[in-house]
Amino acid sequence: MDLSVRIGALTLKTPLLSASGCFGYGVEYAGVVDLSSLGAVVVKGLFLNERSGHPPPRIVETPAGMLNAIGLQGIGVRRFVREKLPELRKRGATVIVNVCGTTIDEYVEVTRILSDADGVAAIELNISCPNIKEGGISFGCDLGNTHQVVSAVRRATTLPLIPKLTPNVTSVASFAKAAEEAGADAVSLVNTFLAMAIDVETRRPRLSNVMGGLSGPAIRPIAVRMVYECSRLVRIPVIGIGGITSAADVVEFVIAGATAVQVGTASFVDPFIWGKLEAGVRDYMTRHRIERIADLTGTVDVPGEKRT
Amino acid sequence: MPVDIDAEVLASTRLSDDYAVVAFRAPELARAMRPGQFVMIRAAAGDTPLLRRPYSFFERLRGPAGEIVGFSILNKRVGVGSRLIADAAPGSRLSCLGPLGRPFSPPPAGSEAWMVAGGTGLAPFATLSEDLAAAGISGRLFYGARSGVEIFCVDRFERMGVRVTLATEDGTLGERGRVTVPLARELAARPSALPAMVYACGPEAMLEAVGALAARHGRACEVATERRMGCGMGGCYSCVIRVRALEGGTRYARSCVEGPVFAAEDIVWDDRRL
Repeated sequence: MDLSVRIGALTLKTPLLSASGCFGYGVEYAGVVDLSSLGAVVVKGLFLNERSGHPPPRIVETPAGMLNAIGLQGIGVRRFVREKLPELRKRGATVIVNVCGTTIDEYVEVTRILSDADGVAAIELNISCPNIKEGGISFGCDLGNTHQVVSAVRRATTLPLIPKLTPNVTSVASFAKAAEEAGADAVSLVNTFLAMAIDVETRRPRLSNVMGGLSGPAIRPIAVRMVYECSRLVRIPVIGIGGITSAADVVEFVIAGATAVQVGTASFVDPFIWGKLEAGVRDYMTRHRIERIADLTGTVDVPGEKRT
Repeated sequence: MPVDIDAEVLASTRLSDDYAVVAFRAPELARAMRPGQFVMIRAAAGDTPLLRRPYSFFERLRGPAGEIVGFSILNKRVGVGSRLIADAAPGSRLSCLGPLGRPFSPPPAGSEAWMVAGGTGLAPFATLSEDLAAAGISGRLFYGARSGVEIFCVDRFERMGVRVTLATEDGTLGERGRVTVPLARELAARPSALPAMVYACGPEAMLEAVGALAARHGRACEVATERRMGCGMGGCYSCVIRVRALEGGTRYARSCVEGPVFAAEDIVWDDRRL
């Protein structure tokens, strides 16, 4: 049974990846998870410099989900390379780094530093964080800007480049297409949905940042739809993200068109989820006599449509 | 390293309208825990409520031969998660992830331990008192609540040799007013040659006040904080608290991995009260 998948030139052991911002720098989980058993550890978003993030409260629970406005608290790319990357390498993790920027120059510089470091397998380009004012989502909500930032980073690295897309646009698929045309090796989607919750007793927003990003099972059907749409429009692999909590959810994203998936909120609830998901996917493959997980990608059977 | 146990609920004993002690069979967790650490409990399987809830370990539960068989939590009904946990039926199982976080430091040799609790902040002091008694260290407990009906388990502490001073805001039990009033008086009365280490757990305004009192009287002080948590493992960066940075200035520290116990002097209480 073959669980490996290909993202550009990169082969991943399994299609199960941690979602950026939901797994710290990976090292936090080294004691409970064999980091080398994941398809990849996608680490928390990094800017050039340290960022303190938003004041608490930074999360609030909502039906089948949660809002977060962490504000990309982080140690900066140089400290990551110095303090975290060696440990991740020692653990045998395949490391994908989520790269943030407030300007195109910053995205390029962070990417260069990571490309020069030993042990980074790919770059996920964060053009979709809903929680910071400058940079981030302003690149991800404009087709021209998306093309521009992806092109610039493309010229700066030979590592597989994976722009992470926001669902807070009219057509995610058009952004996937723009990313592909700019030289992306894959796209990951979706980041969180911009959302808000209010305490009606006090009339105050429940997050200090007023708005935050919705994640968890609540968003899953929308994310599945977006992965389906994007994967039909682009030729590059799509990495599906959004409310995965079970092996059946993993399989649903793959059938919709995902080559791999990322799991975020569910790993907050169950840090031991990875082995359970892999076992469940293997069980599904056994029951359906699927030898290679890659063969399952995009096999949704829409009545009246010719299967590809 | 933390473990995740599907722990059987042994009992949920109601103490008042809001408070209950919920007991779990989980010997691995109870043996491994240190006072001040916490456990993340899943209130229900399924998607709502989604996230686990953090609780201090309250008591270690022992079997007939004194062997550790489980732990309890001191639960206050504040929302959907804590209600479900309080109402959990004996025999049902809830997923318990722990032990997590940094525990209290033991007091220096020859020092007394002065514990200051507000409301559910009593929880970590049951096992701390147990460990202090086992080590032959004298303990005092300053315990405050809004009203006498929210004061629990005092006899349990007295049986462990802890001297208990009570304060309630409505004056129905112990002194009328905040628990920091008798604490301030006793700190002032204690000769500086007699060492004492202060431990506090409760509302953040109380933690700030206790930290300031301890500093004024030259006593080391540790506080156990309670912030809204996502994962308890250091992965989500939700539960941060502002602390002084070694290199100067301040930074946000994750209370799940760098805390929940912090040296009081390290915390900068500038955030909006939660």
